[in-house]
Amino acid sequence: MGRRKKMVERVTVLMNEPENIRNIGIVAHIDHGKTTLTDNILAGAGMISKELAGRQLFTDSDAEEQERGITIDSACVSMVHEFEDDEYLINLIDTPGHVDFGGDVTRAMRAVDGAVVVVDAVEGTMPQTETVLRQALKEHVKPVLFVNKVDRLINELQVDAQEMQIRLGKVIDHVNKLIKGMNEEKYKSGWRMDAAEGTVVFGSALYNWAISVPFMKKSGIGFNDVYNYCKEENQKELAEKCPLHEVLNDTIIRFLPNPLQAQKDRVNVIWHGDKESQEGKDMLTANRDGDVALMVTNISMDPHAGEVATGRLFSGTLKRGMELHVSGSSKTNRLQQVGIFMGPERLEVEKIPGGNIAAVTGLKDAYVGATVSSKTDMIPFESIKHASEPVVTVAVEAKHMKDLPKLVEVLRQVAKEDNTLKITINEETGEHLMSGMGELHLEVIGHRIERDKGVEITTSPPIVVYRETVLKHAGPVEGKSPNRHNRFYIEVEPLSNEVVDLIKSGEVSMRMPELERREKFMEAGFDKDEAKGISTIYESNILIDMTKGIQYLNETMELVIDGFEEVMVGGPLSREPCQAIKVKLVDAKLHEDAVHRGPAQVIPAVRSAIQAAMLSADDTLLEPYQKVFIQTPQNNMGGATSEIQGRRGVINNMTQEGDLTIIESRAPVAELFGFAGDIRSATEGRASWSTEFAGFEPLPMSKLKEIVTQIRQRKGLKAEMPKSSDFIGQ
Amino acid sequence: MPKSHFLESPEIFILPDPKTTRMLTFIGIGLYDEKDISVKGLEAVRRADHVYAEFYTSSLMGTTPEKLETFYGREITLLDREDVEQQPEWLLRARTEDVVFLTGGDAMVSTTHVDLRMRAHEMGIETSIIHGPSIMSAVPGLTGLQNYRFGRSATIPHPYTHKGRTIISHTPYDTIVSNLKTDLHTLIFLDIDPEKGYMTIQEGVELLLHIDSQEKKIDLARRLGVGVARAGSSAPVVRALPMDELVDFDFGGPLHILVVPADLHFMEAEALVKLAKAPGNILDPAR
Repeated sequence: MGRRKKMVERVTVLMNEPENIRNIGIVAHIDHGKTTLTDNILAGAGMISKELAGRQLFTDSDAEEQERGITIDSACVSMVHEFEDDEYLINLIDTPGHVDFGGDVTRAMRAVDGAVVVVDAVEGTMPQTETVLRQALKEHVKPVLFVNKVDRLINELQVDAQEMQIRLGKVIDHVNKLIKGMNEEKYKSGWRMDAAEGTVVFGSALYNWAISVPFMKKSGIGFNDVYNYCKEENQKELAEKCPLHEVLNDTIIRFLPNPLQAQKDRVNVIWHGDKESQEGKDMLTANRDGDVALMVTNISMDPHAGEVATGRLFSGTLKRGMELHVSGSSKTNRLQQVGIFMGPERLEVEKIPGGNIAAVTGLKDAYVGATVSSKTDMIPFESIKHASEPVVTVAVEAKHMKDLPKLVEVLRQVAKEDNTLKITINEETGEHLMSGMGELHLEVIGHRIERDKGVEITTSPPIVVYRETVLKHAGPVEGKSPNRHNRFYIEVEPLSNEVVDLIKSGEVSMRMPELERREKFMEAGFDKDEAKGISTIYESNILIDMTKGIQYLNETMELVIDGFEEVMVGGPLSREPCQAIKVKLVDAKLHEDAVHRGPAQVIPAVRSAIQAAMLSADDTLLEPYQKVFIQTPQNNMGGATSEIQGRRGVINNMTQEGDLTIIESRAPVAELFGFAGDIRSATEGRASWSTEFAGFEPLPMSKLKEIVTQIRQRKGLKAEMPKSSDFIGQ
Repeated sequence: MPKSHFLESPEIFILPDPKTTRMLTFIGIGLYDEKDISVKGLEAVRRADHVYAEFYTSSLMGTTPEKLETFYGREITLLDREDVEQQPEWLLRARTEDVVFLTGGDAMVSTTHVDLRMRAHEMGIETSIIHGPSIMSAVPGLTGLQNYRFGRSATIPHPYTHKGRTIISHTPYDTIVSNLKTDLHTLIFLDIDPEKGYMTIQEGVELLLHIDSQEKKIDLARRLGVGVARAGSSAPVVRALPMDELVDFDFGGPLHILVVPADLHFMEAEALVKLAKAPGNILDPAR
């Protein structure tokens, strides 16, 4: 305990030295060894006992995670490391590798400035390596590479010393190819992985050793020595000579940016306000005397203190008792405790200055992704974009009627903690619907509700979340207000993939300066009037005001936007969320008197015109797809491929690696329910597999009517296919 | 209807009028209570096969639908917004029967009623109007402001809040500004909303002052405003004060209406001092 206390004191001092801080995340494909790596670094830093490391799975603080042997919540931990006679504070975030939890990775990337990308030396880069690397680069988080499980190359694959180096080189090349493809500019400006320079570390997280070229020079231990130590099963001695935590932490401190260096670049990417304003300058320089600008990246429950919000403090200083504004909420919240994480424990400190990762209580209104500021009107950070979208829904019911009020509360809570989870209440049936990124994601949340929150629940079989979109242009369609005094003329058409990508990647948003936004849209093919007229962006749909000089329209526009958003939340065909739709208001006739064009008039008029226009524009459904990667012994390959083919799946590629076959394929999510059990029996349990979100594709026309009817019945809508005239009668 | 109801109401001898059967008659029933209806209107109500009424565009504060039924000796079917605006199924009855449609004030002041009349015409139904007292003429009457000098009128709607943003319509303010340019008074109706309630003069003035503090096109706080409450009742309240004082004046129960006068003719100024307790300095021509 004494040692620990001393650690806290050192941390508290270092928090005030931004040059000596590194905020980093560890990211990897599932099972490439992130959590073992984290534990051994912590043990090296004196945070947990060396004996326990590797077995304790320290950062897996949730019983659920330890049971499943995977990491679900990103825990944060602070530690102190000595490098070249100076002390440094490393704030470390562990992240999940399973794609169902991809939201956590994205959030964690917002909090950190650098990332250790872990790649298994035997398996090489895997699909989720690519995903997490992309997320890091998108957030301008600088990577270093840790090639893990080098001992397996030697002892399991029995490669010789020369072959080992060739293999390791291949891994590096592949990672570099990925980085170059994702962001060539950064690649050229020094983000290339270079073993000679030292941005690549080789080692074994399990056996607690690592080396890098700079360390080789210092210690005199080369690749051949490593090879021999492994060959001779003497990795313990190797770990003493080349301790993992020392080599990796040295690399982190040397090559990953401190908050001052990082924020200068990153603030431009994650915040689209005026960089010349005081708040902009404060964030670019991590000014601790400026206004508080905190981005919440995680919310967890502490049995004693209640909700704990963790996030990155970009400027200002957090102190207990401060009144802070949470974006989207009108009241202020008072900070109760200010602290840092040391593994599962949270330690209170006096204050936390800009550039650190903070864990605070008292922010009642905060949610994951919220901007918290001491200013009333701070422009919020860009919302955290996810690589995946919620594609699977289950209905949740309390087993005991008496738990119903508690269930509502608990669902609200889990949604607050995990912003990739969407909770909706079906008004007609009173059902509580929970949408997430996959079957496993929802299962884990379900268990959490039962175990942590103590509410017994039953869940329905999972259903797929579709998207509604249009395939062609339609309109103008006239929408009349119920009092007939107002008319709106609406056209709809599909948005190009290019524009949808711009929106989904967060490259364009309503928060960026108008001129900049206009240019981006024109580059993506919008004409000038369209680009100028963009009124709002909702999910990946756009509303454009093409009218000119219509009196009173300015004070009516907010209502037009409401009507637009209501349809985009649920389209006319199936009430599923809309995607890639361009809605244009081309003309409007408004009543002279404001009371005759209030919400009760304008919203339904606009809504029905958009609905009718969509139904005239080949309204259809898109279904979510997943990439499915299967590794199976050759003998069982047949079983695996027929599992995919039997599910409307397509096999894209098959490669041989020793006696293993690696199948890359894609299949509709709708067909993948129960896949886990089926592939197990089809391959005698010998296949390992992983999935990744692969976007949406149109539902085959032959299935459209059947699926739409199913959805409409489930939602209590009229079963017949709706027609345009249903929405613009009279 | 039981016979006894007829006994409680005034003795009016009713003869069927062959010319007005099988048609839709719009009847304005006036400003305040059941006795504001014209004799002609009352006769038409008693003669009709069906009596409908809507009170969402305007309502009579001095009475209730039950009292109206008792006084008219007829059952009244109340129509809500949707019945009037969207599904005029009741309207079909006027093809074969004699239907009357009762409204507060005068029959055609609300534009919705003009629309209804148009639809009746399209359906081949003959229509007629029996007028009632209107707030449009009661305001000049109660205040002494000359009816020649009113420009466009406007309604102040209740503010609308969505996603933390509140929208306040600037139309009423803009209407005042443009009327002032041509030296005309502005009559301002105050929103009647089933959920948010009757807007008071205080609330309306507060919203206008709020907009003026942003736009600063006229010095509204120092301009005179005239509030009228419960027009048509035996004790209406009429009060003229600078707007920044009017905002604190309690006019009592609904309905309220507001006028923002242009510069005053001397007769109007005198009338406001005598009838609306306006401050005496408005008589000073140097002002």
